Amino acid sequence: MKYELVLHKNLKTPGYTGSLADYERHGGYLAIRKAFKEFTPAQLIDLVKRSGLRGRGGAGFPAGMKWDFLPKDPAVTKYLCCNADESEPGTFKDRELIEQDPHQMIEGMVLAACAIGAKVGYIYIRGEFVYGAQVLERALAEAYRAGYLGKNVLGSKTDIDIHLHRGAGAYICGEETALLESIEGKRGLPRNKPPFPAIHGLYGKPTVINNVETLSNLPHIVNRGAEWFTSIGSPPKSPGMRIFSVSGHVNRPGNYEVPMGITLRELIFEHAGGVRDNKKIKAIIPGGASAAFLTDGSLDVKLDFEAIAQVGSMLGSGGVTVMNEETCMVRTALNLMEFFAHETCGKCSPCREGSSWLVQMMRRIEHGHGKMEDLDQLVRICGGIAGKTVCAFGDAEVAPILSTLKHWRSEYEYHIKEKKCLVGNRDGKLVVIGGH
Amino acid sequence: MNPEIKKVEFSERAQKEIREILTRYPDKRSALLPVLNLAQAEFGYISEDVMVMIAQLLDLTPPKVYEVLTFYTLLNQKPVGKHLIQLCRTLQCALAGSENILDHLQQKLGIRAGETTADGLFTLRTVECLASCGTAPAMQINGVYYENLTREKVDRVLDELKRGVQPVAKPMGAN
Repeated sequence: MKYELVLHKNLKTPGYTGSLADYERHGGYLAIRKAFKEFTPAQLIDLVKRSGLRGRGGAGFPAGMKWDFLPKDPAVTKYLCCNADESEPGTFKDRELIEQDPHQMIEGMVLAACAIGAKVGYIYIRGEFVYGAQVLERALAEAYRAGYLGKNVLGSKTDIDIHLHRGAGAYICGEETALLESIEGKRGLPRNKPPFPAIHGLYGKPTVINNVETLSNLPHIVNRGAEWFTSIGSPPKSPGMRIFSVSGHVNRPGNYEVPMGITLRELIFEHAGGVRDNKKIKAIIPGGASAAFLTDGSLDVKLDFEAIAQVGSMLGSGGVTVMNEETCMVRTALNLMEFFAHETCGKCSPCREGSSWLVQMMRRIEHGHGKMEDLDQLVRICGGIAGKTVCAFGDAEVAPILSTLKHWRSEYEYHIKEKKCLVGNRDGKLVVIGGH
Repeated sequence: MNPEIKKVEFSERAQKEIREILTRYPDKRSALLPVLNLAQAEFGYISEDVMVMIAQLLDLTPPKVYEVLTFYTLLNQKPVGKHLIQLCRTLQCALAGSENILDHLQQKLGIRAGETTADGLFTLRTVECLASCGTAPAMQINGVYYENLTREKVDRVLDELKRGVQPVAKPMGAN
């Protein structure tokens, strides 16, 4: 192993089951003992602020700052939500953290609840994660029995209850205000902001929503200190380890925990084993389906928030998808556009209508009925969506089309002129790996 | 009340679970999604009768239940086959050959995506990303993931289900 694992340390240990006994044997729940003894809530917030931990869900917002926005009055009811709705195509890191080391995340939730003064927390887990929900139910029951949750946590005056709330199939519920609506028993429609959840969140109360991986970092920051955290990764702005989910045409797809700031090249070639059949890389999505496509010219870009933003994409959820030289970019963009058109919640007209227009136009082009003027029209429609919606979904859904048009416009033109594909399989399918 | 609505009831076990669910939230409405999930486990799908019953249970109007029911893709408004096959169609699975798996499933079952076999055993659907991109292609049947799919593996899974083998939910990549 090239780097010292942190979040993956337990789950990569042979025989580790994720049970409470296993977690405690590996130093679990020491962080909350330490926090109860040594830190006031304000000091906990300060520690996480100094660590520079940024959200691992997609937006990368500094976690400590998010907490600090909440009112400090203990008389005000506050809520903590764990976003376990992992639905961003290309991302499967939270699923593994939930399934293999649930107590790490629960301990993180106890720390976050202490810091912000929340007595109740909800884990919003996507409905598809049936096994993950079973694991969490079991882990929560263990934590209650051991006194890490419930009344008077560890004999203190603090009460913390955590409930599991299962979704029922909706990508948009990973958007934090849609998640709150969903817990409240409504359609998952994102709310207008401001007010932000820190002031007006779940049931109108101040609320923090943190991602599974973000929360899983907290016990380590409490145990090892802010200075340790800022000494790894890509400080000052992107410190810490990061779990990247690598998928697509690589030899070893999977989750890799590495320091923030290693290059795409290192991640793909050293960790994920390089490209299958030694083919060339054509395209890389660096941060989930909402992130703009990059070419192989970006292989030496560092995987940190700033460096990826500088080349016009985003680190997002850490879902890295690799496509080889035989992949048709028109068909790829169409596939993701169909995803977004299926998942739009329908609240904002530009997104609701625009996504289906874009799908129709992309289908025309893919099937040889496109016109050259469609390409400008695609860009115009995208411009009418991005920045004009209540949530970031609008910006996300235009990324695949705009970025593939930018880098591979000739493929679109070939589809329109020749009414066929230059690179794809003859049967019109996306390039398949492994001969399935 | 619409005279066509028939009275239905949750089982004793489910009613007990609902009482426990209601303690988790400051209001009744928040129990809607958990109760809908429970109702689907109990009745297979959410009929109008079930919708009305849930509305009464949670002090909601039936349209409030309906608007939530129709938003979430895992909730069924109509009966589905005994085994609901949900095959991921999103990019990462497509790059790993999900389109071939879909062809194979359609041919093997003799139905198109969205349809149910005549014997009521299988419903086939394509769905969006299941968070199995590193173990693609993937499908989910009645909550159980099947990953790293090949045609042979699909055949094996379908045969097992036909023989009545009870599948168990397992961690990523184990099935």
